[in-house]
Amino acid sequence: MSSVKLIEVKEAIMSDNDAAANDLRKRLSREKTFLVNLMASPGAGKTSLLLRTLAALKPDFNMAVIEADIDSVVDAEKIAATGVPSVQLRTGGFCHLDAAMVVKGLEAIDTASANLVFIENVGNLVCPAEFDTGAAMDIMILSVPEGDDKPLKYPLMFSKCRALLVNKIDLLPYSDFDMILFKQRVYQINAGIRIFEVSCTSGEGITDWTEWLKQSVNRFLEKP
Amino acid sequence: MHELSVTEKILDIVLKHARVNHVRKVISITLIIGEMSDLENEWIQHYFDYLSKDTVAAGAVLKIEKVPIVLKCNLCGQTMEIRREEIGGTCCSGCGKAGDFSIISGREYYIKEMEAE
Repeated sequence: MSSVKLIEVKEAIMSDNDAAANDLRKRLSREKTFLVNLMASPGAGKTSLLLRTLAALKPDFNMAVIEADIDSVVDAEKIAATGVPSVQLRTGGFCHLDAAMVVKGLEAIDTASANLVFIENVGNLVCPAEFDTGAAMDIMILSVPEGDDKPLKYPLMFSKCRALLVNKIDLLPYSDFDMILFKQRVYQINAGIRIFEVSCTSGEGITDWTEWLKQSVNRFLEKP
Repeated sequence: MHELSVTEKILDIVLKHARVNHVRKVISITLIIGEMSDLENEWIQHYFDYLSKDTVAAGAVLKIEKVPIVLKCNLCGQTMEIRREEIGGTCCSGCGKAGDFSIISGREYYIKEMEAE
């Protein structure tokens, strides 16, 4: 006769990924490489924002990009055209990057000389929110046409990012996007988040964002 | 979509605890998932049934206990439970201000316990 017993597990589902992500963060802190994890829906403007950001910060940092588009090299080619080294990670249909995949991507990048590396995560507001990539900073883009209700549908993503770029603000006159209500929704689940209103098309607001990022990276690099 | 890799992680953890506890068969697994996360019960079970074939966890039932979103007002200390669709639409039930909250719960993502023989 076997009896049923209750076994207490109390273990985070993501514990192995969280551990790998923390190891990577420690390593990159030693190597003085600031890793930024950029998340957004498809078409929100991840690649456009990266192109704007790379152009603005090229005089200041040695940069590189890890591209995680599901199955294309289009984004990587656009980034390569800027002269910034990029590596294409094929996620083979996966909806997110985890820390182990990022470690693999970093193998192709000279982290000894690169001090600012961007991950262009897979286009999706659900799955990437659950997986810590080991980045020093998580940021996201929400574009105006996606609507101001997105923090209600994807609260986890909005709650974990340090900065949020509201892109395509040049489309606001043609949209019912309520910026005040949107920000209220975001701040309620993330009081410390920095919100930047930008247009990658016109360039509006980009400097505020890149200057803020520059200061954040410099603070990280100057840390003893 | 990430349900598949999440299920793999759940199975790994369950099998580890099954080994340590010399389990012959896992009957049920209880997950604690915050309301802020998306995890579809039906898909998780479906993937789990597939992945756990030929293991001691085959046939185990996954139970998901949802934890509500609870905010704490940083101005007056009041805590309050809200639903997803109420995000941004509620003021503090204590001081009436809409401004400054911390998340107390709603982001949980762990395995609580399992029943086994």
